[in-house]
Amino acid sequence: MPPSLFIEQVLNGFQFGLMLFLLAAGLTLVLGIMDTINLAHGSLYMIGAYLTATLVGVTGSFWLAVLGAVLGTALIGMLLELSVLRQLYRRDHLSQVLATFALILIINEVVRMIWGSQPLLLSTPEALSGPVEILPGLYYPAFRLVIIGVGLLVALLLFWLVNRTRVGMWLRAGASNREMAQAMGVPIKPLFTLLFGVGAGLCAIAGAFLGPILAVQIGMGESILILAFVVIVIGGIGSIKGALVGALLVGLVDTAGRAFLPLLLSRVASPEVASNLGPALASILIYLLMAVVLFFRPQGLFPART
Amino acid sequence: MRWIFPTVLLGLLLAFPPIAAAMGLEFYQGLLTKIMIFALAASSLNLILGYGGMVSFGHAAYFGLGAYTVAILMREGVTSGWVIWAVAVGLSALLALLIGAISLRTRGIYFIMITLAFAQMIYYLVVSFKQYGGEDGLRARRPEFGLFELNDTTLYYLTLGVLLAALYLLYRLVHSRFGRVLQAIRENEARALALGYPVFHFQLVAFVLAGALAGLAGVLMAHYTQYASPNLLAWQQSGHLMMMVILGGVGQFWGGVLGALVLSLVEEILQDLTIHWQLGVGLILLFIVLFAPKGLAGLMRRGS
Repeated sequence: MPPSLFIEQVLNGFQFGLMLFLLAAGLTLVLGIMDTINLAHGSLYMIGAYLTATLVGVTGSFWLAVLGAVLGTALIGMLLELSVLRQLYRRDHLSQVLATFALILIINEVVRMIWGSQPLLLSTPEALSGPVEILPGLYYPAFRLVIIGVGLLVALLLFWLVNRTRVGMWLRAGASNREMAQAMGVPIKPLFTLLFGVGAGLCAIAGAFLGPILAVQIGMGESILILAFVVIVIGGIGSIKGALVGALLVGLVDTAGRAFLPLLLSRVASPEVASNLGPALASILIYLLMAVVLFFRPQGLFPART
Repeated sequence: MRWIFPTVLLGLLLAFPPIAAAMGLEFYQGLLTKIMIFALAASSLNLILGYGGMVSFGHAAYFGLGAYTVAILMREGVTSGWVIWAVAVGLSALLALLIGAISLRTRGIYFIMITLAFAQMIYYLVVSFKQYGGEDGLRARRPEFGLFELNDTTLYYLTLGVLLAALYLLYRLVHSRFGRVLQAIRENEARALALGYPVFHFQLVAFVLAGALAGLAGVLMAHYTQYASPNLLAWQQSGHLMMMVILGGVGQFWGGVLGALVLSLVEEILQDLTIHWQLGVGLILLFIVLFAPKGLAGLMRRGS
């Protein structure tokens, strides 16, 4: 295959991985620190995308819309934490799964009531809609490059926040031993409301930037939520570093599998078999990856608790 | 006098089809069939979820596999109902053995997620085979059973019979030594291990049995709708079954049956009232989880 195709797919995988990281980062901290499964995390991603699409219509500017969507989604996330999720910290995983599953149903219906069942149109901003020549003869969509840039920037900011600030220190303390952190005076309750807001904001960023590439529709949060869970389970729950490694791994494996597996199979098998089996294998590749990782390292690659 | 209520209930269930036919209420016979199928699936999940403490988020895999086995075998020319049943249950048990053997190495959140991941694999595998319908699902004609012709009414009685047999089996099981050990493991795995019980084997046997029963429920579902839908395999279906179990009561013997009955009825009523019925289901579920953690069976027990 031509090298330009290969580079393009690697960039696509990298870009998808970075967006997955934005989703997984909030999820892994919530799970690691409060031991709480939040299936409704994907719903915040959906809300972020819907808010962006609406605000683009109102303000006419993509960047203003993203800013508004991030703030709005963060607010909704904090409200959710204060009203429902706070009740769930001390409950078992089953209750958490069920309650947040109920939240998905509720949020999906509310979105349907407000915006209707039809997918919304969220187009790439005018200035970024064209391709850019990144290497001689290799063109790549400008918007996807911007996504990579934004993803890297947010990831760096998050690493700085977690590893270099006092709030980050509290978060890490909470992730490795919650009771001890609380006993040492870490203000867990407000910290967690804040964390939830930040996580929701990150979801909104992912929703705003993936919206133009995928689709802004009801249920968009659920398929990507499962991917985000795969990411944090591979990376190790509670570890930001694990989330980044897991996200890039899943992004690259998924994209590369879809692009190259059917091609590879067509060399060794009949076209019939390849056209059937290729997409099938590609779509289960990341789950296979997760099962293999868990088989050898039941705590994920970078376990946060020791 | 404890036997009066069950006997009356059973009598009513047995007498329902002719009464329904006489009064033009065939719709409710179908609804009852569907409820009994979900009761079977939810009860099988309750065995591992409630009694075993294994929060499997992938029960839809066996449910859907059962349904797809019917559809695919019928399409490939296998028309004997008994053969189809045996293959479907065997395949479901085999799948559960495979998934259980790997998943039971993990605990907690990791277990929830790996069972979910396996179910997703099955989902994507099945929908990617275009000759078996892909995303559209596959028609599942009703097979031949020789002794009787499978129609809506015989299916009703067949489902009732299977459900009763499965409930009897589960009742004997959870009250046997096996069931007590399973519950001991749920309460304190380290102690059960220290007492010398082969924890992994006990859990795996329960996991396989639950998978086989869910597969059987899927077979009945395919007979009922005459169609194998990818929705049966979707992760929302796993959530739906979990919803039934927690609504009815986790680890309460009648939890699965009660949950399937109440949730199906609530869905049916809300669907008549509004297109936004899922909002109602979500709110009720949220309320149950937050304020009645032991489910309806727990509420009733507390009331009496």
